[in-house]
Amino acid sequence: MKILLVFAALVAAACGEQLFVGDQVLRITASNEEQIALLRVLGEQVELQLDFWRHPTSPGHPTDLRVPFPSLQAVKIFLESNSISYSIMIEDVQELLDEEKKSMMTSRRIERSTSMFDFASYHTIDEIYDWMDMLVDDHPSLVSKIQIGQSYENRPLYVLKFSTGGSNRPAIWLDTGIHSREWITQAIGIWTTNKIAKEYGRDPSVTAILDSMDIFFEIVTNPDGYAFTHSSNRMWRKTRSINAGSHCIGVDPNRNWDAGFGGYGSSSNPCSETYRGPYAHSEREVKAIVDFIRGHGNVKSVISIHSYSQMLLFPYGYKTAPAPNHQELNELAKKAVSDLAAVYGTKYTYGSTIDTIYMADGTTIDWAYDNGVKYSFTFELRDTGHYGFLLPSSQIIPTATETWPALLDIMVHVLEHPY
Amino acid sequence: DIDDVGHRYHLELVLEDILDKDSTVNCTAEVLYHLGNKNIAPDVQFTIEGELKNTDEADNIFYNRIKSLEKELVAENIPDSHGNVSPEMEPIRLLAWVASGYVIWQNSTENTKFQLAQIKHVKQVKRSDEYLEFDYIVLLHEMVSQEIIPWQMTVLWHPQHGVQVTQDSRHPKHA
Repeated sequence: MKILLVFAALVAAACGEQLFVGDQVLRITASNEEQIALLRVLGEQVELQLDFWRHPTSPGHPTDLRVPFPSLQAVKIFLESNSISYSIMIEDVQELLDEEKKSMMTSRRIERSTSMFDFASYHTIDEIYDWMDMLVDDHPSLVSKIQIGQSYENRPLYVLKFSTGGSNRPAIWLDTGIHSREWITQAIGIWTTNKIAKEYGRDPSVTAILDSMDIFFEIVTNPDGYAFTHSSNRMWRKTRSINAGSHCIGVDPNRNWDAGFGGYGSSSNPCSETYRGPYAHSEREVKAIVDFIRGHGNVKSVISIHSYSQMLLFPYGYKTAPAPNHQELNELAKKAVSDLAAVYGTKYTYGSTIDTIYMADGTTIDWAYDNGVKYSFTFELRDTGHYGFLLPSSQIIPTATETWPALLDIMVHVLEHPY
Repeated sequence: DIDDVGHRYHLELVLEDILDKDSTVNCTAEVLYHLGNKNIAPDVQFTIEGELKNTDEADNIFYNRIKSLEKELVAENIPDSHGNVSPEMEPIRLLAWVASGYVIWQNSTENTKFQLAQIKHVKQVKRSDEYLEFDYIVLLHEMVSQEIIPWQMTVLWHPQHGVQVTQDSRHPKHA
């Protein structure tokens, strides 16, 4: 008992530790009633801070006792001097706790990590917004989420920013989902942003790009439309804004930009799928991007992703006159399309919008181009009409995989041709 | 350009079997779009160089399956929103695709580009003769205007007698 008191004093001297470093759990087997009684008395020494996991009951039945590190010597001497047999069940409680915590974190991470996200299926707007937060969580020093505005129905317009630092570096803008029924594009947006995050530091091109430039990626560019394609009409294309004096809803966000606005390449009828809107930038979804790009002032490329038709387009859509750097854009498109085809043999046509697809005015890339963004492209992804907008989800990953080298070609060219 | 008549196009194309990408056949065609009257379908003349694959076995399996159904087939949204088509519905989709080809031909001009976007609704109509009959409401996507146009078509099919569209019309748009 005297020994115990000495050690109790020592324990009292040691300040209160909340951790369990060095604590051990002993399995004690009392062989008779006298030893049981001794164990009970031991437990009553408050200063020792003993913690019975299994109380002493009767001889032959194990007593499990957690002993804080400072009390270990005292307890062991007590047991040995009284010939009470024991073994060490847990060598270090803190170590065990650390292991457990780690494994819990890992399994929670497995549920929440971007590597377990199902890239091969189409997702709801909430699933996409949740995934964006996961991407930021997983790559906090590279990716951040910014809000550039609100949709007509007050949904946030989120943009993922990829940056390794600097201040207002030259930037590349990409958007998917401006036409909500083009589901393959939002799906590509998720896969591609994930790819960019993964490849920084691994792929030389991605690393070179992000070491000098920023990337801004808006995945759900038309969230109201996208929500509507899930809830009501899978074929909805436009925004969901109410048109004064008409029962028809929505404006074509790719006819609403201030570039050749109001020509034959768009409609003045609110019921039309290519309705241009009452005036340029009338749509909040469009205005938000206009304000962002204007405000940024250093955007060097705009890549707007659509489906379907398998085409790579550059300005102009609103006029037949070739863009000043038509030759350069044409060469770059040719290379991108060739590298895309090299993956699975998917054939794309390319050229100016007006030559390749049809006359279209008030488009994203024409506005960007006329506002100084020399490298502006529209992708029209798979397919050529067999499934059209209803592209089977089994084609998401192949489409993303083949489009990636084409996107990289454009981004690398932008990096290597500063202006 | 053919004065007072319209515009003629000479096409050389390759037909690809959608069920077997490696099976192709060359084809030449002449298409004449009539001047003025938009209600006349373009004239089409074509020559296929070679033979199309024989599909008798698959045709008969499908034919017998439908003939032996107790209740008339009814289905919606083929493909579904995610682009999925169940295996049993695949022949129904292919039949709609062929039939819509006829409808598209009948309604095409030089300024249209139609594709079948989706089968909204299909209902089998029981017949006393050997033909299968399906009443479809499909969505056609017109590329230039970007419009989605609902279209009704009544389709007859028989393994030996092929496809016939006996009735079709623009379907009134619901809200």
